[in-house]
Amino acid sequence: MREDPLRVHGGLVGRRQFLRAGMTGLLVISLPRWAVARPSLDEAIRTFTGGADVLDGRLRLDLPPLVENGNAVGITVAAESPMTEEDHVRRIAVFNEKNPEANVAVFHLGPRSGRAIVSTRIRLATSQVVVAVAEMSDGSFWSSRASAIVTLAACIEDLS
Amino acid sequence: MARALVNVPKTARQGEVVEIKAMIAHPMETGYRIGPNGSNIPRDIIRRFACTYNGEEVFSADLHPAVSANPFIAFTLVATTSGTIDFTWTDDAGKIQTASAMITVN
Repeated sequence: MREDPLRVHGGLVGRRQFLRAGMTGLLVISLPRWAVARPSLDEAIRTFTGGADVLDGRLRLDLPPLVENGNAVGITVAAESPMTEEDHVRRIAVFNEKNPEANVAVFHLGPRSGRAIVSTRIRLATSQVVVAVAEMSDGSFWSSRASAIVTLAACIEDLS
Repeated sequence: MARALVNVPKTARQGEVVEIKAMIAHPMETGYRIGPNGSNIPRDIIRRFACTYNGEEVFSADLHPAVSANPFIAFTLVATTSGTIDFTWTDDAGKIQTASAMITVN
């Protein structure tokens, strides 16, 4: 049998296999740190809901369709809810698709909010989808999504 | 820590829903930007914002790096009784900045 310098503990690692493994490794190393670590949009939503079903509706996410500066994008999330002791919005969470981190913010509301409407300003690293999910007091989850085209990106620009 | 700005109506009718706006001067450094020396600028963000009405928490928010610098949050509250509305912002280091406003309900 031929001597193979790559024979490891009985398992034979071929040259092609070895090169392929090396290239995969390089690819993983060359990706930015956050590209590997970040959970997907669906995973982030599942973490928030604890696996419960998310229905469409009862919530409206307002996001400008064309964003000139991704460093400050005004968003408004409004839910249809009477906001009474028995029926109110407990939490509203906002997630993004392609920023280094999937979470944007979680707002905690209650019957004393009066209306389920929240506005803030967020960063968008690139053109992407933004999803808002609301948790109602009966434990149901409702979502709304909107997409934006971003011409100047936020978060990952260099300072120089 | 920083300058905070809040907007609360001075007077309101009993049961009226009032809009509250709160903003604080803060860089909200994400931790993903690379500085002039080639290394990452350390993360420094406001993690939590909370609003209490006469001592009872009525609204709060958990913020992540995707919230813009100088975080601005607008929300609503039901004006129940005259009193103070207090705002607190907590950053990564645990430092707390507060602001408060009076509201007269009639």
